[in-house]
Amino acid sequence: MNYLFASYTLVWLLLFAYVMSIARRQKKVQDDLSQIQEWMDRQKK
Amino acid sequence: MNRNLLAWATCATMLLSLYLIFIYAPTEATMGDVQRIFYFHFASHWVNFLAIFCVFIYSVRFLIQREKNLDVKASSAAEVGLVFATIGLLTGMLWAKPVWGIWWTWDYRLTSFFVLWLIYWGYLMLRRLVESPEQRARLSAVFGILGAVDVPIIYVSNRVWRTQHPQPVIGGGEGSGLDPRMGWTLVVSFLAFTLLFFYLWKLRQDLESAQESVESLQRQAQVKGVA
Repeated sequence: MNYLFASYTLVWLLLFAYVMSIARRQKKVQDDLSQIQEWMDRQKK
Repeated sequence: MNRNLLAWATCATMLLSLYLIFIYAPTEATMGDVQRIFYFHFASHWVNFLAIFCVFIYSVRFLIQREKNLDVKASSAAEVGLVFATIGLLTGMLWAKPVWGIWWTWDYRLTSFFVLWLIYWGYLMLRRLVESPEQRARLSAVFGILGAVDVPIIYVSNRVWRTQHPQPVIGGGEGSGLDPRMGWTLVVSFLAFTLLFFYLWKLRQDLESAQESVESLQRQAQVKGVA
């Protein structure tokens, strides 16, 4: 029973960690985009 | 399919599969409750092979058509495939310990699968190491095609050679087969994992495309900044 519990817990933890890693990278892309936008605005001025 | 709809469909089938695994499916006579690991273990391997098949198809198409979005699809499938390969590997070890008495053995099936797991890592490391986007896409397409060669070896490994890993339970010839309730539970688990794969694949493709657009903008900004 312990192995069964460990197995299903591990599956959900791994999937959760992977979704979190995608969210973190998505946030970095948004931050980079904001920086580029700011840079472009400064260039226009 | 719309991403939100796919997310809801994945959640619904995943909940149904958990109900079937823990409530509906009968307890296996020899192994007991630990056999319930089988439903996620087998489903994760199925999705893992689906992912490597996508890597293979989109890599071949990329080498012929040279379209950027084909490389995005192949590389995203490889990353999601690695997640499911890791799930398959770890659930297999957690099942092996109480049933075989060992966590791991270097038999043909497990070793050939471990090689596939390393191939996935190699593919993703290659993409990190090569800076030129064109060269990165071309090299990883070749690597992805070569990596897919391991799949038929994994498939035949426990049919041709004697392995610690059991003979196929489904489609393994005379004497193989499942209780119908176990069969339905497995079908729903397959469906849940397949939907989850497509959802994560779509999510990863969107991220990859966004990252490539940002990289391209940054390069343009650098050129203009220097000029």
